[in-house]
Amino acid sequence: MATSSVSKGCFVFKPNYKKRKISVPIEDYFDTKKNASEDSKLRFETYQLMWQQMKSETERLQEELNKNLFDSLIEFLQKSHCGLQKSSRDWGFQIKLREIPTAALVLGVNVTDHDSVFRSLTEVLQNTVTPHVVSLQAKDCPDMKHFLQKLISQLMNCCVDVKSNEEGSVHVTQKRTHYSMDLLFDWYKTVTQKAEPKLPSKKRTTCQWQSPPVVLVLKDMESFTTKVLQDFITVSSQHLHEFPLILIFGIATSPVIIHRLLPHAVSSLLCIELFQTLSCKEHLSSVLDKVLLTTQFPFKISEKVLQVLTNIFLYHDFSIQNFIKGLQLSLLEHFYSQPLSVLCCDLPEAKRRINFLSANQCENILRLPSFQRHVEKQTPEKQVALLTNERSLKEEAQSLLENLHAYHVNYFLALKCLHNFTSSLPKYPLGRQIRELYCACLERNIWHSKEYSSALQLLRMLAKDELMTMLQKCSSVFKSSSENQLDNTAKKIEEFLAQFQSLDDVKEEEDSSGSQAKGLQKTDLYHLQKSLLEMKELRRTNKKQTRFEVLREKVVDFIDCLVRDYLLPPETQPLHEVVYFSAANILREHLNAAPRIALHTALNNPYYYLKNEALKSEEGCIPNIAPDICIAYKLHLECSRLINLVDWSEAFATVVTAAEDIDAKAAPSEEMSEIIQYPFISSTLVQTHIKCNKKSNNEGFPILHVILITPFLYTGWFPPTLQ
Amino acid sequence: MNKLELKEDKMLKVQFVGDDDVLNHILDREGGTKLKKERVQLLVNTKKIIKKSECELEEDDQEVLKDEDYVEVLGTNVQDSLKNGSATEGGNKVYSFQNRKKPEKMSKLASELANTPRKNVSLDVKNGPEIMINIPQSSKGHSDSEKVQLKNNDKSEYISTTPHRLRKRLIVRSHSESESEYSASNSEDDEEVAQESEEDTKTFVGSQKSEAQNRIVSASICKETASKKMKREKTSDLVEEYFEAHSSSKVLTSDRTLQKLKRDKLDQQSLRQLLSKVPPSFSAELKQLNQQYENLFHKWMLQLHLGFNIVLYGLGSKRDLLERFRTTMLQDSIHVVINGFFPGITVKSVLNSITEEVLDYVGTFRSVLDQLDWIINRFKEDSSLELFLLIHNLDSQMLRGDKSQQIIGQLSSLHNVYLIASIDHLNAPLMWDHAKQSLYNWLWYEATTYSPYTEETSYENSLLVKQSGSLPLSSLTHVLRSLTPNARGIFRLLIKYQLDNQDNPSYIGLSFQDFYQQCREAFLVNSDLTLRAQLTEFRDHKLIRTKKGTDGVEYLLIPVNSGTLTDFLEKEEEEV
Repeated sequence: MATSSVSKGCFVFKPNYKKRKISVPIEDYFDTKKNASEDSKLRFETYQLMWQQMKSETERLQEELNKNLFDSLIEFLQKSHCGLQKSSRDWGFQIKLREIPTAALVLGVNVTDHDSVFRSLTEVLQNTVTPHVVSLQAKDCPDMKHFLQKLISQLMNCCVDVKSNEEGSVHVTQKRTHYSMDLLFDWYKTVTQKAEPKLPSKKRTTCQWQSPPVVLVLKDMESFTTKVLQDFITVSSQHLHEFPLILIFGIATSPVIIHRLLPHAVSSLLCIELFQTLSCKEHLSSVLDKVLLTTQFPFKISEKVLQVLTNIFLYHDFSIQNFIKGLQLSLLEHFYSQPLSVLCCDLPEAKRRINFLSANQCENILRLPSFQRHVEKQTPEKQVALLTNERSLKEEAQSLLENLHAYHVNYFLALKCLHNFTSSLPKYPLGRQIRELYCACLERNIWHSKEYSSALQLLRMLAKDELMTMLQKCSSVFKSSSENQLDNTAKKIEEFLAQFQSLDDVKEEEDSSGSQAKGLQKTDLYHLQKSLLEMKELRRTNKKQTRFEVLREKVVDFIDCLVRDYLLPPETQPLHEVVYFSAANILREHLNAAPRIALHTALNNPYYYLKNEALKSEEGCIPNIAPDICIAYKLHLECSRLINLVDWSEAFATVVTAAEDIDAKAAPSEEMSEIIQYPFISSTLVQTHIKCNKKSNNEGFPILHVILITPFLYTGWFPPTLQ
Repeated sequence: MNKLELKEDKMLKVQFVGDDDVLNHILDREGGTKLKKERVQLLVNTKKIIKKSECELEEDDQEVLKDEDYVEVLGTNVQDSLKNGSATEGGNKVYSFQNRKKPEKMSKLASELANTPRKNVSLDVKNGPEIMINIPQSSKGHSDSEKVQLKNNDKSEYISTTPHRLRKRLIVRSHSESESEYSASNSEDDEEVAQESEEDTKTFVGSQKSEAQNRIVSASICKETASKKMKREKTSDLVEEYFEAHSSSKVLTSDRTLQKLKRDKLDQQSLRQLLSKVPPSFSAELKQLNQQYENLFHKWMLQLHLGFNIVLYGLGSKRDLLERFRTTMLQDSIHVVINGFFPGITVKSVLNSITEEVLDYVGTFRSVLDQLDWIINRFKEDSSLELFLLIHNLDSQMLRGDKSQQIIGQLSSLHNVYLIASIDHLNAPLMWDHAKQSLYNWLWYEATTYSPYTEETSYENSLLVKQSGSLPLSSLTHVLRSLTPNARGIFRLLIKYQLDNQDNPSYIGLSFQDFYQQCREAFLVNSDLTLRAQLTEFRDHKLIRTKKGTDGVEYLLIPVNSGTLTDFLEKEEEEV
């Protein structure tokens, strides 16, 4: 069946019913076309498992992070609702009665993540506060009619769910009715009256829950039409006593927007309280901490990949969801492209799997560059054994995997330790966030970098209590980790702490140095550094150090040792390819593509795609045998805003004839000139298609022109997030 | 020293301080701080930290966004990627401003390009000097583009088998050339030509060289970021150029028209036929490219099943590629192919075909949103249901609206609806804001195929292709032949009147009363009722159009251009 027609644009293909049943399982697509032998099925299962774990971990994390916010929000809702219910003769209270309690939820610009927040919010509210929770989006309610329609139908629906469908028939009949505020109020009355006798048995008696409030969540407050909001707020504030409404505004920009959208007369009807979610950067670092900086998931990403992902996050959308999507893609790519990724699982499982590796896979191990390097370091006898004997190879691989695991355990402990020390240094030579430090450590030997040495220098000038808090943090890091690989390190830190403690007692006696230390703490960092330096010079000349300084020196040296021992870049580890995904370019290509650059390159430099030597040329000019469209494009670039089609076509013909001429001198020119013209026509058509140019509407104009609208401003890949 | 100071601080002293002392004091302080600063820099590090310190002043936990790093990372990644264009050097040009160009530049470039030597062709050596010799023969007064033509001319003479007609045409063309005035910049032209003649035949070589030099210079400027002054100058240049290019509302080009070329317009079909005769160049390379993409089919299926959707971009029609994907991978599953480039496509029709043909639902919906809700519910309820959507040109005129994109995005976000789409428009990614992007959950794949957009552009109108909507000559004669002689006479009257008035720009048509009068005089009708009956016939065949004028009188007009009408009259007379 053809898929082109002049009368329709949609073509539905339905295979026979019998055929359809044989659906291909997804795993089959996982095979790289070579052969299915390389554990593709197992790899796919491992991928699925790990992705599920990661996903649930991130979801759990999100819930955890939202918990605080939700708790305070619920508290607000309960308080304000109780206030509404209390009947008082107080005048101030009468005023308050007209005000709709409103929670303004500032969520930040990462619009993509909002959905999940609202989903869990609705769930939480329905479980704790009231069954009547409605959430609306601006795109569903362009006017009041739709607004009410959505509101009422959602309210009734959720009510039906709660009341076990006994009112199903009522719901259906009301579907046809006219939606109005009156209907809403009547509905609320009947619901509360019906519910009343049942309620005392339930446990919602902290305040008067006979009339549970209706919570209306406006997901994207900014994009609602002001008129709808205004009307709804004014009307419902009039009826607040019979229809207890609570609003929740989702705000992406800043709370000022409420006052900008609503005039004073309306906004004075709201009793607004502000809530703020956790900033997305903190969210990101906790995700990193839980997913990447842990040995729980064996999968790791290389420095480049991490940088691409964080850059997309920081420069494009601040969206955690997209970050996780990037992680998912890299996980998938890793398992898809690396046959040895079958070993990327828990240590015991991986060891078991090594025993079942096929000869092919062993070959793959031998081919790994890191493993080859490892082999070269061995003694000749062992080299032979590794290269020839499968058994010994497998044993070696097992021990290497074990080492890799131990390396990671130590790595993350050392990294966190170092981060504790450097994150509060002035000017943050190694970055404030742990991900910056992690990137730097992944990239190369950190101790060779200038930033590292300057950080150490700064560390050598720290005051005692700062050092002590850092050490305490470090020891808590070591304590929190379940693995006891770096036991003696932890002990050493404890020792240091104890020594500092004892230093205090001694110091009391030496009054001069003690008072000096106190004086130092009052000054700011610049002065501190300066005076410390001076002191250091003084000491050096005196060749005498206080006990504190000796100890401090020791601590710094200890950290340095820690870093040099454990923060080796992963490339040094044999078999690191098994767990590290490093194809950053693939990730970027698929997540953050640049269609514009691709088009530009295709038009300007066809050699890039068509690897034909004849097309090779220096920058800026193209050979005359290039594809027609490239030539036409190149010619049109030489024109300003308008282009004369005749000139254009003739220039085109000149170029193409020159190219053809050489090949086919004998060809009859009449036909040839026609043949040359038509590719031109088609390439102009194409350019209209991809909108490099646009026809002028000026039909009466004697000259045929094409307006060039090659856009000159690059507005960025993403349109403004908020309308 | 420190200690002393501290002790002094403890004791309170009052003493007179002269102005000079104060001054000294202050100067001292400044020196001191300077010293401190230097120290700090020595201590810490150079560039990076200075940059950070600026941010630090703002105190909040704003991220330090290192632009350069970002660009660097993205750039380096591109280099080792096989596809996705060469962003490193392309960036500047891709997003540059449009600046002013001289009108004759295009033809100049054309001649340059025409003369660029081909690499692996030995004939070139033979051919080169001949062209060189030809150039100086062209007289100085001619404009550049004419030179090109002369060259053409020479060439066609050189080829002995040139038919006479072409030569005539070429000559005619050059005549028209000389009579057409370059309203734009004649003087500039002359200068240009004069310069060129000075530089003798090797102008193009020279200009190429100088251009290349320019390029090198500008590149080196770019690289020297240290010399900020240069950079500033350059940007101000850019601004000036931009305003120069956009300042005058009048843009001048040459006034030659297509009519003067005397080339017949073609309709789509014959265009396609002619194109099919042209042998495709680089077919081997293109095949290789396509093979590369085809190897990804399995991966696409996998990723579609894992919740991603796939979008293809790049130059060249991706329709064939998607068709191949469809025929190889999707034979056993339900799929819908949507031609976005089809001018009549709407989201409603897409949804209709899903509800009616895929889900076998008979019934109507109150609104598109209702329909969407229904579809979403159906897919959520029945997880065994799977649907592939193939959309060619998701960015087409009809589908690019905000609402359409929202609806398609919502469809594609369903876990058992798989979307694979292609985009062509330069700015297509701007269609999607963050919310939509997260709905779509795109994975981008580059598919530069260089294949012609035959199907996609077949609905597109061009000035060079005959539009199928207008009334061509053949149908005109066909319709008229079936009419009575009287009716034909009436129509001829109208044609003649229209041709008489073709130079009158304010001509809106022949008023009905006048027409009736004329017809009566020619004994073609006897009452206005018969005339009206005839006109109805014409109108049914879309031969005439009626329009109410400002005075309420009906005006009649034949919606065919005068060239066709003249041809028609000539033919009629021949037959008679």
